[in-house]
Amino acid sequence: MTTTVPDPALDPAQARDLLRRMQTIRAFESRVEELFKAGELPGFVHSCAGQEATAVGVCSHLTPADYITSTHRGHGHAIAKGISLGAMFAELYGKATGACRGRGGSMHVADFSIGMLGANGIVGGGFGIATGAAFAIRYQRRPDVAVCFFGDGAVNKGTFHESLNFAGVHQLPVVFVCENNRYAQFTAASRTTAVTDISVRAAGYGMVGESLDGNDLLAVLDAAGRAIARARAGEGATLLNMNTYRHSGHYVGDAEEYRSRDEVANTRDTADPVARFARHAVDTGLLTADDVAAVMAEVDEAVAEAHRFALDSPPPDPAGALDDVWTVGVPR
Amino acid sequence: MTFGQATLEAMQFAMDEDPSVVVIGEDISWGGNFGQFRGLVDRYGHDRVVDMPISESLIVALAVGASAAGLKVVASMSFVEFTLGAMDEIVNQASKFRYMFGGQTSVPIVLRASDGIRGSSGAQHSSSLEGMFCNVPGLKVVAPSNGNDAKGLLRAAIADPDPVIYLEHKKITGQRAPVTEGDFTVPLGSAAVVREGTDLTVVSYSNMVNHALVAAEQMATEHGVSVEVIDLRSLIPLDLDTVARSAMKTGAVLAAHESWAVGGFGAEVLAQVREAVPQQSALRTARLGAKTAPIPFSPQLEPAVVPGVAELVTEMRRLLAV
Repeated sequence: MTTTVPDPALDPAQARDLLRRMQTIRAFESRVEELFKAGELPGFVHSCAGQEATAVGVCSHLTPADYITSTHRGHGHAIAKGISLGAMFAELYGKATGACRGRGGSMHVADFSIGMLGANGIVGGGFGIATGAAFAIRYQRRPDVAVCFFGDGAVNKGTFHESLNFAGVHQLPVVFVCENNRYAQFTAASRTTAVTDISVRAAGYGMVGESLDGNDLLAVLDAAGRAIARARAGEGATLLNMNTYRHSGHYVGDAEEYRSRDEVANTRDTADPVARFARHAVDTGLLTADDVAAVMAEVDEAVAEAHRFALDSPPPDPAGALDDVWTVGVPR
Repeated sequence: MTFGQATLEAMQFAMDEDPSVVVIGEDISWGGNFGQFRGLVDRYGHDRVVDMPISESLIVALAVGASAAGLKVVASMSFVEFTLGAMDEIVNQASKFRYMFGGQTSVPIVLRASDGIRGSSGAQHSSSLEGMFCNVPGLKVVAPSNGNDAKGLLRAAIADPDPVIYLEHKKITGQRAPVTEGDFTVPLGSAAVVREGTDLTVVSYSNMVNHALVAAEQMATEHGVSVEVIDLRSLIPLDLDTVARSAMKTGAVLAAHESWAVGGFGAEVLAQVREAVPQQSALRTARLGAKTAPIPFSPQLEPAVVPGVAELVTEMRRLLAV
């Protein structure tokens, strides 16, 4: 089921900002993918190119006092929540100036100062953490919310059930956002998940569930806006199933034998959230073609500058490799 | 007062002092499996003493997430075996959060779990799993042997900014002993010399300390051997200085615990003592722990796997050849 979306009546400045943030994610991921394939980046990376609308649409409704938990495919969530692009690029290089001082890398990018509680390398790891953050918000009587981003692969973890049940029992201010990109790593959701519209599970937890086109920024803005408003109003948790598609493989360099080239090309053409929103903005007169081009150029420069910052940054001092294992005390 | 009541006092001091301290767990408002939480809900209400579903992963993840948002969560895990359902959250989240995120956050949580043999509780309710936790960087591990330490260590564990696994031996949770009145802490990482001696050092923790004290007395009266007994109290951080000083004095160390000897914490203590004392010192060492089997149910089989006073005496005599 796809919801009908009312026009959220964006003004040109908002449209420009939304486009800039989505394009920042796209350009960042493109640059990272190039650098990784060129052997410039250590480790491995998961690109969220193609899933920009979910991150930006949801996080547009959040303040730095709100929390998000993210996934192994977390660059977009971090950017959408407002992380410094330079600190994130530096983290991918393992530099001292990285968001996690080089300790985390791509899969553990975090910025607690803006409520970004970490990308997480454990699938389904965020459910309970977001629920815990929402529990704290409730206990502290704050007006804030927690948002848990997760993929369709995570919904078969026990933590999904344990967390949504508790959030339902206590009507916690948390929004569970399934970025349903149809593949759990290499395996199509239809082969591993009995009912692929995840939103129907909400009924079992006494919360509102909704399914929508996650490549349509306006639909995401609308559904997330309502869910977050309900959470802030003390009306409990929501489960949103946002259908989307990742342009790259599970990780960069994945041979992608599990999906056809045609499927990827067709979906990219028809469902690219960035191009789609840019087209909408121009068609409705919110932005001109020149505005769009200016945003693209501005973003390219910002990403290039972040990359330069990462390259110019020093590596961490190996003498600090045992720092921060604990807050108090240093292990032997 | 009992060991359990002593921990209850520590909980009350912590909760009275700091409104961000919250207690969660299965059956918590009913007092928990061993009554250590009895009465807390009347004093602090259901918002602060939260009954959890039988969802161990969530219990730990909730504690981690709530700590990121400013709370200090004490979670009752009930039997230590139930922590295994949350090992992902303990090892992959709680222990790594601070380090992996570059020191941006702390995880001030306490996971209380009942371990040890109580007599025919069977393989899934009798284990001691501290060896697993001690192997994980980022965790702190505490295992008191008596009510007084239980109170002071719990107070310290709740005040500590890092994740602490607080292990309470179920055989002694109901045991009565004098407990210092009022509010006090026993710092993490401070061992206690609970019996002074000159011929042999027994390093232990949790209920095995109580067995070691009985065995030490037996060694004195029956074999004329002077045994020093060290109660580690806190395993991680480890008070190696106290152990090494004793080892230098006695020249012989027996590391003893109820959990499995193979891959156990006793072996780790002995290795660290060896590294700490001068190369030329002729240190004699031995370890004593459960044999490599799940803990059996039968009253005749349980002591065949888990050591007690008799095995401690045998091992001390073997080590000293007396």
